[in-house]
Amino acid sequence: MAKIESSFKNMALSLTLISLIASACLAFVYQITKGPIEASVMNKKISAIKTVIPEFNNNPDAEMFRLPTGEGDSLDIYPAKKDGNLLGFVVNTYSPSGFSGNISLMAGFKTDGTIINIAVLEQKETPGLGTKMTGPEFKDQFNDKNPAEFVLKVKKDGGQVDAITAATISSRAFCDALQRAYKTLFTGKEWNDSAVPPVPGNTSQAEPIKDNN
Amino acid sequence: MNQLQNFTKGFFKENPILVLVLGTCPTLATTSSALNGMGMGIATTFVLIGSNVVISLLSKVIPDKVRIPAFIVIIASFVTIVDLFMQAYVPSLYEKLGIFIPLIVVNCIVLGRAEAFASKNSVLSSLIDGAGMGLGFTMALGILGAFREIVGSGAVFGYKFIKGDGILVFILAPGAFIALGYLIALINKLKRT
Repeated sequence: MAKIESSFKNMALSLTLISLIASACLAFVYQITKGPIEASVMNKKISAIKTVIPEFNNNPDAEMFRLPTGEGDSLDIYPAKKDGNLLGFVVNTYSPSGFSGNISLMAGFKTDGTIINIAVLEQKETPGLGTKMTGPEFKDQFNDKNPAEFVLKVKKDGGQVDAITAATISSRAFCDALQRAYKTLFTGKEWNDSAVPPVPGNTSQAEPIKDNN
Repeated sequence: MNQLQNFTKGFFKENPILVLVLGTCPTLATTSSALNGMGMGIATTFVLIGSNVVISLLSKVIPDKVRIPAFIVIIASFVTIVDLFMQAYVPSLYEKLGIFIPLIVVNCIVLGRAEAFASKNSVLSSLIDGAGMGLGFTMALGILGAFREIVGSGAVFGYKFIKGDGILVFILAPGAFIALGYLIALINKLKRT
């Protein structure tokens, strides 16, 4: 078959056909990958909540609510309950001051503000330096500490946190994210076992934590 | 040129990274560990094979004057397919490679092979060319990634065998340039002897 001549009609026709077929293929692939993509995002969230507070048996995702941070946005908060008793909250918090981009954490707090455990959801820190924030040597130092007396700042800044060697910026961002979670969840609020946990759509019971968004 | 030579040229004689020095942007950025480098290489290999086959099939019906836009549409489609599949089935690797997966579209190896090889050769040779070039790219990224990971953090494929830190600069961007430079020098030395 001879090569097609570059006339206007041929050019328009061939490009249109190629684009049409390409977009049809993409629509098909999008359809079949949509489910698995959503499932993997969901899985990641649930498994992060599980690492942070392992004992819950409710569905924290269904009871998720938002609290404003006071900085113009809000954090997702997942109440973890066992047999209806409030164990604590898992906060999906973030810090914009990572070494390269946002870092995102799942932090578990007891009702009195004590940190239970932390899982790193997303970070783009320098491999081998800032990425150590995902390791137990760094992040386990926060476990069982209450930010009310444990100052969430690296020692260099007058706090009590042992920074990662050569990754002070990443360590600061980590503390910043935790501080944001603590402040959002506990400033001016009291949580106790008898408190009726807020249920979305039932604002009369969740008076102190109105979602301003 | 027989098909075996056609396949192996991507590894040594015309290796895209080590000899042609094409596509160095994703190379430098994604080789901070062996696994990341190879993941990137395999994603690129898939795109190369797919786009080479389709372009050689269609080369007769694409008018010369619009061949570049037509090639880019085809390449971009394959990249989006890879992107979606990686997001669905290997989310952890997808997160690490991040922006560099969509950027395979502008990787000059892919367009280079389409223009220089697939549009002028049969479907079978284009397929073999794509596979050879892609795997050669994967090999180069794997070697570079493994080297940087071993020297920089004392680990390979995530298994740590040295306690403590390595030479940290090799994990960072300047280390990528240094490592790539030495690797190319070594290949040149080997080729002369």
